[in-house]
Amino acid sequence: MQADTKKPVLSLRGIVKTFPGVRALDGVQLDLYPGQVTALIGENGAGKSTIVKTLTGIYQPDEGQIFVDGAETRFPTAQAAGQAGVTAIHQETVLFDELTVAENIFIGHAPKGRFGLIDRKAMKARAREILNSIDADLDPGVKLADLGIASKHLVAIARALSIDARVVIMDEPTAALSHKEIAELYELVEKLKAQGKAILFISHKFDEIFRIADRWTVFRDGQFVGEGMMDGTTEADLVRLMVGRSVDQIYPKRPAQIGAPVLTVSGYSHPTEFEDITFTLHQGEILGFYGLVGAGRSEVMQALFGITQPSKGATRIGDDVRVLRSTSQAVDAGIVYVPEDRGRQGVVKGLPIFENVTLPSLSQTSRNGFLKLANEFALARDYTQRLDLRAASLDQDVGLLSGGNQQKVVIAKWLATKPRVIILDEPTKGIDIGSKAAVHDFMSELAAEGLAVIMVSSEIPEVLGMADRVIVMREGRIAAEFAGDQMTPENLVRAAVGIEGATA
Amino acid sequence: MSDATEAPTHTGRQIPDRLQNPLTRALQSWEALLLVVAVAIFIANSMASPYFLDPWNLSDATFNFTEKAMIAFAMALLIISGEIDLSVGAIIALASTAMGLAMQAGAGTPVLVLVGLATGLLCGAFNGLLVARFGLPSIVVTIGTMSLFRGISYIVLGDSAFTGYPSGFAWFGQGYVFWVITVELVIFTIAAIIFGILLHRTNFGRMVYAIGNNATAARFSGIRVERIKFTLFLLTGLMSGIAAICLTSRLGSTRPSIAAGFELEVVTIVVLGGVSILGGSGSIPGVVIAALVMGLVTFGLGLLNVPGIVMSIIMGLLLIGVIALPRLWSMARRR
Repeated sequence: MQADTKKPVLSLRGIVKTFPGVRALDGVQLDLYPGQVTALIGENGAGKSTIVKTLTGIYQPDEGQIFVDGAETRFPTAQAAGQAGVTAIHQETVLFDELTVAENIFIGHAPKGRFGLIDRKAMKARAREILNSIDADLDPGVKLADLGIASKHLVAIARALSIDARVVIMDEPTAALSHKEIAELYELVEKLKAQGKAILFISHKFDEIFRIADRWTVFRDGQFVGEGMMDGTTEADLVRLMVGRSVDQIYPKRPAQIGAPVLTVSGYSHPTEFEDITFTLHQGEILGFYGLVGAGRSEVMQALFGITQPSKGATRIGDDVRVLRSTSQAVDAGIVYVPEDRGRQGVVKGLPIFENVTLPSLSQTSRNGFLKLANEFALARDYTQRLDLRAASLDQDVGLLSGGNQQKVVIAKWLATKPRVIILDEPTKGIDIGSKAAVHDFMSELAAEGLAVIMVSSEIPEVLGMADRVIVMREGRIAAEFAGDQMTPENLVRAAVGIEGATA
Repeated sequence: MSDATEAPTHTGRQIPDRLQNPLTRALQSWEALLLVVAVAIFIANSMASPYFLDPWNLSDATFNFTEKAMIAFAMALLIISGEIDLSVGAIIALASTAMGLAMQAGAGTPVLVLVGLATGLLCGAFNGLLVARFGLPSIVVTIGTMSLFRGISYIVLGDSAFTGYPSGFAWFGQGYVFWVITVELVIFTIAAIIFGILLHRTNFGRMVYAIGNNATAARFSGIRVERIKFTLFLLTGLMSGIAAICLTSRLGSTRPSIAAGFELEVVTIVVLGGVSILGGSGSIPGVVIAALVMGLVTFGLGLLNVPGIVMSIIMGLLLIGVIALPRLWSMARRR
């Protein structure tokens, strides 16, 4: 069982994968060694999820080679990747809730008895065997739907072991786990290492990477930028490679003159999503909203924007106290919202760029309800250029743009309405680093011009780098508020998860 | 329209307004292809039958599509917005029945027209309320109201019919404005222009496209999605009311089975005209040409004494063929 840790079990060379408008992978390489954990590091949009999909046979690379034990091979299907011993444990594990633990472990390769029927007894016994080998105290006969997320991870890992996987990909495995569960996962990773598995570990969390990884590989904007051993590498080294410049330059936050209150929200409540949300937003301010996924931040923002109705509470905009009942009322009141779900809620794919930009401003560009295309092009050109949009023409379908450029179109759309308050919900999630910088830059510029900005973000560096003040939400309530020196990663995380060691 | 030469006001790179010449785009459009089909059918018809090119015959032929096409314009907007109204034939039946009742009560032509329009609007408002206010799926709602509206007509009329409309009322369906130009053809033309402008030249039309492509993002862009959908059902009801006036006037009578199957022919015209059944794209010129194609095919086959059942088979094949063609073409090209 003791494998040679010198030679990689799996190697990728010169992998290229393009999508319309994006070069997701641009000649990347990756080596995975038996009995070692390789951390794949990179920002959102660096190409991490694309490489996972390439490794598991979901995507076919346009160019490049895949070697298993030094022999070139291809993974035309997910089955082929599985047969080659590559298995992945995803952020949201792809398992079947309505099947039992044993069935999930053996789906697709169940032990067969007479007449080619599934031998349930053997399947259960072997499932128990495997679960025992990872110290997982689970009943193989129980339905998956009855298990928590951590147990589901165990099932996914058991499944990986059942197909005799040699390469295990863990894509943000700790994202939804509590501290205790994370500790258990680390132990499991050690066991897998001892069994000689090669592990690809993808995580945003540096503490995790330094805790369990042996090697690192860094991608940036779809390109391979470096690899090495964790020993002798510092956090600052990795950050520099990830972003391609030194850390203090990333966030172009300018000191802004914080002025009079623009928006006051008092006692906003919703029967199920949030409770007693009260805060004040000032001119020129960037107010960060931090919290775990599901803390209710987006729900609050959508209620402020008139998508959903609060059950209690009111907003005060200038001298006007009211509850906004529809998005058109919100836009008229000067509150606009850049949603997190860009593709579904942000852009209207199928319509050209300029029509997306002018959609909420038609009363401004038209005359007596009749379209004036020249005005529309002028307005669209003005705002898209300010955001440094990269597009072939303004007449191009917005759906053909990359995520980052779509985000610029959404922001341009709202700036054209000359709002007083702009709410950005995870504004840089899943967009390339160039667009990210443009969005940050622009956010700073807007605040400096006196706009009031709310930025919902789950990325601590972004919150700390951009916000003047941070509100932390937990379970639908405001947990804490920090400003100045109090804005530290530790304070934010503690407030977001509640007391130390609590289950998230 | 092209003021791309204007000096840039900001430092970003210059993005051109358009890459493709609008004329080139128009020539490559679905409408252009459909126009070729229409011309081909016209030529084929004129060669197949010596009676085809007679102006009075052609004038008669327009009745094959005018009433349906009036509704098709409103239906096109509705389908582009992602909804549908299958109750239009039933609205005609109900509106015609209402006019019949008004006639029996001694109403004159102006009142009959008002009753027809009001019934259409009320039916449209009912559909619109159920879809826009209560968020019910329009295909289910209008299948329901299709039975409901026509059912009322059957209860009122049973096996009987309303006849004896005032002579002035006959003008709408039997009158001529000038030489061979019928009143219905004029109404059709005016409706085409109004709906063409509404869809292609107004803020309202732009919002219809936005809703059809992505209703959620449209709402997130501050558009009153429900209000626009309600208005579209209202417009479809109104056009059904106008069609009811024309059809009742032309037939001179009301039976509960009037305009049976209209909804499918209207939807056929709309889809043949290049409107995506999934919503989001299509144009009024396309619907106009599609209506002409429908009319020409029906009329040409009629001249050749082709039975009605065969005619509907041919129309069905034409629809499937025309819809499948672009997809087959792109599949062939991808190989």
